[in-house]
Amino acid sequence: MNVTIIDQLKKKKILSLLKDGQRVDGRALEESRALVIDTGVIPKAEGSARVRLGDTEIVTGVKIQPDKPFPDLGDRGIFICTAEILPLADPNAEPGPPNEDVIELARVVDRGIRESGMIDLTKLVLKKDKSVIGLFVDNSVTDSDGNLFDACSYASVASLLTCRVPKWELKDDAPTLVEGEFSEPPITTIPVSVTMGKIGDQIIVDPNADEWGCLDARITITTNSDGNICAVQKGGNDGFTIEQLIKCSQLSISTASKIRETLKQAGGK
Amino acid sequence: MGVRKSDIVLLDDKGIRCDGRSIDQPRRIMIKAGVLKNANGSAYIEFGENKILAGVFGPRDVHPKHLANTDRGILRCRYHMQPFSVGERKNPAPSRREIEISKVIKEALEPAVMLESFPRTVVDVFIEILQADGGSRCAALDAAAVALADAGIPMRDMVSACAAGKVADTIVLDINNEEDQEGQADMPVAYMPNLGKITLIQLDGVLTPQEYEKCVNTAVNGCKLVYEFQKKALRDKFFGDSPQ
Repeated sequence: MNVTIIDQLKKKKILSLLKDGQRVDGRALEESRALVIDTGVIPKAEGSARVRLGDTEIVTGVKIQPDKPFPDLGDRGIFICTAEILPLADPNAEPGPPNEDVIELARVVDRGIRESGMIDLTKLVLKKDKSVIGLFVDNSVTDSDGNLFDACSYASVASLLTCRVPKWELKDDAPTLVEGEFSEPPITTIPVSVTMGKIGDQIIVDPNADEWGCLDARITITTNSDGNICAVQKGGNDGFTIEQLIKCSQLSISTASKIRETLKQAGGK
Repeated sequence: MGVRKSDIVLLDDKGIRCDGRSIDQPRRIMIKAGVLKNANGSAYIEFGENKILAGVFGPRDVHPKHLANTDRGILRCRYHMQPFSVGERKNPAPSRREIEISKVIKEALEPAVMLESFPRTVVDVFIEILQADGGSRCAALDAAAVALADAGIPMRDMVSACAAGKVADTIVLDINNEEDQEGQADMPVAYMPNLGKITLIQLDGVLTPQEYEKCVNTAVNGCKLVYEFQKKALRDKFFGDSPQ
């Protein structure tokens, strides 16, 4: 996703098709790719999922363990969401410290889930200011074909929906695992991220890697189960008009309602 | 974000906010262009309690060379907070937050800069946050855009930025630090006032679709207010004291 290099010929083809309202893979402008979700793929993780969005593939695991709370948030558990593009996923990906695109990816996925309030973190406190439960969601991109934002978000949400929270009890202020006892995670809503690209004056939903290489700008909008908007991130080297922003918000709400059903099914909710 | 216990009243029954402003009033804004000797262009902004310096170098040779682009120039941007700019000392190494903000600021400025007119070169924008209040990325962008213009870099339009948000169930302009911590939503927006294009938008916090639309419009109106201060700063620099 960092430097998407694309053949001039392919770019010309994509742009000329778009002028007639067509896309290079035959989709409608407002159609997202097929979404396939398998959960429980990593039994050692407390929750996990393998998500395919078109040819983009993500493997995500949730690890759950006791931790110290953040100093100013002693009455809340910890939620941290990361993302990494594995070197085998993309010829442009390199091992080593994350570049700005990967940092943005992780922060946008984290923000969408955090701001939706999906996890009621107040239910993950063992002892106020001393000991809380932490949910660590790690997304690994294993194959990259554009729109990693949404794919990582769906994988994170599916793993969280299906995770089991182990039980800890405090003994002398030290959290001790109670073997074999689990509870459901405190889920309040299902956030769905929808990324749209702008090419010329056209808005397309869920761009694939080739389209990603042609985008003038993009926007990721996360909505919750009530159809309210909880996070937005614009990217790319062009702007949106106010009308386009409103159109994108409507598109994100309608697209998200379909995807939310797939996520619910995968999560057994 | 979310709801936390607090003693401050974010919005009283007369519609006055915790720092005495009305709901559509920005904080005090002061911008000065051309404040640094060595930079090709520079600006200093005070936006509420934010105090921010921006310096622009270029167009100049690209180092490392492989980053150069043969058909257009490149823009680089660094948003950096001083260790003393916030309550608790900030580690001077760039955090993930600063790297993300640097990226979104770069992408907010790039639509305005005519990079195609100087291929194989780079324009570097350095932003130093000397003191941070809420909304530092918007104030930083305002200063950076003035610094670019001060450097004489060809631009299609100014870029003006201002945040809006939701506080006590009301959409308000220009969220301050307390409102950011205790409020319900924060939406920074950057806008090209003559081309009518939004070049940066982020949101955290929950808004209904109606509130979202209102919030975008409120923020854009704020950007138009900021634009007047940016023009004044440039007029003052190049033509002495401006008429108004």
